[in-house]
Amino acid sequence: MRTFIVLVQKEFLQIRRNSFLPKLIIAFPILVMLLMPLIMTMDVRNVNVAVVDLDRSTTSRRIASHIEASEYLMLAHTTAEYPLAMDALEQGTVDVIVQIPADFERDMTVATPERISITANAVNATKGGMGMQYVVQTIAKTLAELRGEKSPANMSELVTVENRFNPTLNYRHYMIPALMIILFILICGFLPALSIVGEKESGSIEQINVTPISRFTFTLSKLVPYWIIGLFVVTIAMLVARLVYGLVPVGSIGAIYLGALLFILTISGFSLTIANFSETMQQAMFVMFFFIMIFMLMSGLLTPVDSMPVWAQRFTLILPPRYYVEILRSVYLKGTTIAELWTNFAALGGFALIFNTLAALTYKKQA
Amino acid sequence: MAAIEVHNLSKCYGGVRALDSVSFAVERGELFGLIGPDGAGKTTLFRLLATLLNADEGVATVDGFDIKSDYRAIRSRVGYMPGRFSLYPDLSVEENLRFFAALFGVTIEESYDLIAPIYKQIEPFRTRRAGKLSGGMKQKLALSCALIHRPSVLFLDEPTTGVDAVSRSEFWDMLAGLKKRGITILVSTPYMDEASRCDRIALCNEGHILGIDTPEGIVRGFDKKLYGIGAKNMYALLERARRADGVEDCYPFGEKHHLVADEGFDKGRFKALLSDVEGLEIVEAEPTIEDMFIKLMKR
Repeated sequence: MRTFIVLVQKEFLQIRRNSFLPKLIIAFPILVMLLMPLIMTMDVRNVNVAVVDLDRSTTSRRIASHIEASEYLMLAHTTAEYPLAMDALEQGTVDVIVQIPADFERDMTVATPERISITANAVNATKGGMGMQYVVQTIAKTLAELRGEKSPANMSELVTVENRFNPTLNYRHYMIPALMIILFILICGFLPALSIVGEKESGSIEQINVTPISRFTFTLSKLVPYWIIGLFVVTIAMLVARLVYGLVPVGSIGAIYLGALLFILTISGFSLTIANFSETMQQAMFVMFFFIMIFMLMSGLLTPVDSMPVWAQRFTLILPPRYYVEILRSVYLKGTTIAELWTNFAALGGFALIFNTLAALTYKKQA
Repeated sequence: MAAIEVHNLSKCYGGVRALDSVSFAVERGELFGLIGPDGAGKTTLFRLLATLLNADEGVATVDGFDIKSDYRAIRSRVGYMPGRFSLYPDLSVEENLRFFAALFGVTIEESYDLIAPIYKQIEPFRTRRAGKLSGGMKQKLALSCALIHRPSVLFLDEPTTGVDAVSRSEFWDMLAGLKKRGITILVSTPYMDEASRCDRIALCNEGHILGIDTPEGIVRGFDKKLYGIGAKNMYALLERARRADGVEDCYPFGEKHHLVADEGFDKGRFKALLSDVEGLEIVEAEPTIEDMFIKLMKR
């Protein structure tokens, strides 16, 4: 036990002596949590709309002013000529064109009017699709308003919408848990691997290998500091989420920490296993990077697992981050309890056991 | 029982036989040198004996323990100093020493009397990071760390490579001091001149041991007459001498060439033959370990 404490102390001493690591460990989570939620957003804003107004009526002007007032849409042009608007769309200064046919207002009251046509630039499929929807909603709202004004008997709304768990559909609340996981992967995944491979490169592992220290003790001593750092990082990340974005977990903090602990165990064990098979830092970095790409893109951090092809959904079952992102999102947004999420916790526990055993077994004191 | 016993030990790396059926024994308290050029298999032998490698064939014991089955016992009673500096460069001198002491479950104070002659020289720099020490100081620190748990056997792999001549000499004095305290020392070096500081030496080349004896015994084994020859144009002299009658071998040796004479060699005739060589001189020379090494290598 005493030797173990000495080994852990040595790890911390080395981290502290490093001119870069302590700063990274503190600044990195804060920066990521402060900046990334602002940048990584799937909300579509600033959709430029051109209105081709052939009607020139109160109705058409009302539609244009509602578009201008929308927080998602920007009224870029009002013109009477469709080709002009089309040119602007081709140049990219306009995303959506709304053409209001001539005599729209008059026809609306008497007969079936010619339809309003909407043209969207769908090079960016999300922006085109979402922009189109916003425009349709805005127009529909305007028309409903106009009808309402004409027949004072207020038509009751036929559809009500409620967004459970994230009422304002705030994309940040969806992304913050994912960012916390990316932090764990980078800090608790990369650093232990680099620390072991660094000992290989400097040759100091040779000196350790000729001592009576068992490989389990040595491996564990490499992991414990990063577990502590990982828990520290999750605390910083939660504080930033709370203070800056007002995001407070609905569920228990204990569930978040338990998940964090299991996830850190998993990812650091994984990283040590890679280190055991690597002779140089480059090698370890590249192999880690390969897996981290898969983790980031396939674990549902950025895009929902449910919308992946079935074979990919099955594949995600062997990716540890998938389970933790589910835990974090449900605890943070829905207040799900440990008991309800026990399969996810069990899966993480299983991965932690597998990777750490693998790490201890593949660490060879003899070649 | 000998401190180190090696029987037919072999190790291959791919198709290369780094160590080919090597056998020798080192007595307790002996200072035993492995002398040979790079690639002789010295480091492989150390790594096998320090239980960092598994042998392909053969057996060996260190302090009576088998290197394969009792490797744990060996690790707590040998000190190993690899050829490359391999302590923690980001820890200070004292932190390194304290760290390795703790790994073996001892304290610096307990072993201070043993390491003092060496450690005292670097103690003024105990707060300096190990990576910032000079070559000679690094080597003293590495030796202190290797000694911290009072090992009965010490493995030193090329401890003097890359160290200046004065520090090298000091280092051998330290080893002599440790030997007096009963520690068995197995040391390797590529420098032939250091061989004379050992009790016995083994000449190694390409995975084989060419001969084992005391330094004097090795030299005595040189049964041919040896001359040192010189001239203005040393290279032309080498070419001519090699073609002369009764010359078994001739090779550059410091500022002279060494000429190994056959039975049929005659100094007068040699001089007459090379009378046109400007500034020719030939004197009898004492054979050294290096001469013996060259002779054994060519056989």
